[in-house]
Amino acid sequence: MLNPVHDSCAHCDHHHELQVEGLAVRYREVDALRDVSFSTSCGACVALIGPNGAGKSTLLKAIAGLLPVAAGRILWRGTRVARWSREIAYLPQRENVDWQFPITVRGVVRMGRFPQAGWWRPFAKTDEAAICRAIDMMGLKQLEHRQISQLSGGQQQRVFLARALAQEAHVLLLDEPFTGLDRPSKAALAETLKQITHEGRLVIASHHDMDTVRDIYDEVLLLRRRAVAFGPVAEVFTEDKLNETFGPNGKEAA
Amino acid sequence: MIEWLMEPLQHPFNQRAILAALLIGCTNGYASAFVVLKKSALKVGSLSHALLPGIAVAILVVGLHDWSAFLGSLFAALLIGLGSLAVSRGSRLDQDSALAILYTAAFSGGIILLRRIGVTQEMEAWLFGNIMGLRDSDLWTNFWISFGALGVLTALHRPLLMTLFDAEVAATLGVPVRALNYLLLAVLIIVLISSLQAVGCMLAVGLLVTPAATVYLLTDSTHAMFWGGALLGGLASAFAVLAGWWLNIEQGPAIVLVLGAVFALAFLFSPKYGLLSRATAPAARNEL
Repeated sequence: MLNPVHDSCAHCDHHHELQVEGLAVRYREVDALRDVSFSTSCGACVALIGPNGAGKSTLLKAIAGLLPVAAGRILWRGTRVARWSREIAYLPQRENVDWQFPITVRGVVRMGRFPQAGWWRPFAKTDEAAICRAIDMMGLKQLEHRQISQLSGGQQQRVFLARALAQEAHVLLLDEPFTGLDRPSKAALAETLKQITHEGRLVIASHHDMDTVRDIYDEVLLLRRRAVAFGPVAEVFTEDKLNETFGPNGKEAA
Repeated sequence: MIEWLMEPLQHPFNQRAILAALLIGCTNGYASAFVVLKKSALKVGSLSHALLPGIAVAILVVGLHDWSAFLGSLFAALLIGLGSLAVSRGSRLDQDSALAILYTAAFSGGIILLRRIGVTQEMEAWLFGNIMGLRDSDLWTNFWISFGALGVLTALHRPLLMTLFDAEVAATLGVPVRALNYLLLAVLIIVLISSLQAVGCMLAVGLLVTPAATVYLLTDSTHAMFWGGALLGGLASAFAVLAGWWLNIEQGPAIVLVLGAVFALAFLFSPKYGLLSRATAPAARNEL
């Protein structure tokens, strides 16, 4: 059966792959990332784990096309990602966003339709339908006309996710999505991420809380300016490899 | 009483001044929403001071014509703006510091130059505005600037708002963020210049910040902020021109003073974000 929306590839036979090969990113003369390679595909939920300054945000931004790549390449579905792609959504850290900006929940979600609607064209029925569907999926129907300044942390994160869904993104790059959320919101967000990946999207998120990694993610990339290890949680998220990533002082120092 | 109120409308220079105040106030009020959302009031204020030496040099080189002051100030603003960027990139200074150094130096040069040319009286007009001295050709210049600026800003409303809200996310959605930022700054400078004759370069930033900042305290709607800012800017400026005539005070400062008074009212009495309503109902905010 054909998926009429095709905003995910769970219904397709093929697997969409994201390949990062020998990636290096430089800020001025400093190596933020060097020789990072890994490969994953739709339907996976990947944790980026590493100490502060390990390059987690840098890697997410590089995949999103926000930073120039000094060496190596990033391939999505076999082709190089140009400056940006409709299929890749970037969700910044919540603390980096101006929540006093006068805009409603629906207004933020609508931004996700920019690639389809363009600079001037009024939103078409398909756009409005995609916006409504995204809002429904994230359980924001009751809040859609509310100002973003009046949202809780969990709701803010769901607004970002709804924008990514309205964008019909296949790859969702999340920077510290769980940071600052209360316990129920964390549990709800974990469920949402699972749902999103089960529908065939690829989720990559930087993550701090070591206790929840096993519950939420399928794969782990341990990062310390280079890729220390990458693979399924059971194989990579081990004491030895974590020590190698965080150094002898342990995870708490992070 | 009625006669006294209606009297200013009989003079052609007053009619011109009111029309110009409406035009300039509307354009600046609309554009002020971008300045407030971009949080760049300080930068715009610095650039407005940088306009003065441009005018001085233009007068010195080609004399005072319809467009010479406009082009001279535009050139000066670009030079100072880009210069501050170059200084901050080429040294360890941040751009705000670089801008402060460049614009104060340029402003000082402008004042000395204008004194030497011997147009002390006109200097007053460039500093604080002289809306009563407008000619028909000035009105047309203002009209075309308003028309162009409003046209560009409304046409690019969608990508501009996305850029202001979150530039990185906007970039990942295909918005040419850097180009739009430069374009926005360029349009803001042009709007700034258009207000020179009304309020002068010392007060221009007031007209290019206060209207939308006031509306920002009254509403959460983005559209209201833009068009409400335009409405407030136009009406307050026109009213200030009349009030200036009635009370015999200078129109330029009157415009900024009226806007400041309206802002003070909003700051105190806004139903949602006013100081008084927040002081009397602190619990309501915690519930959200």
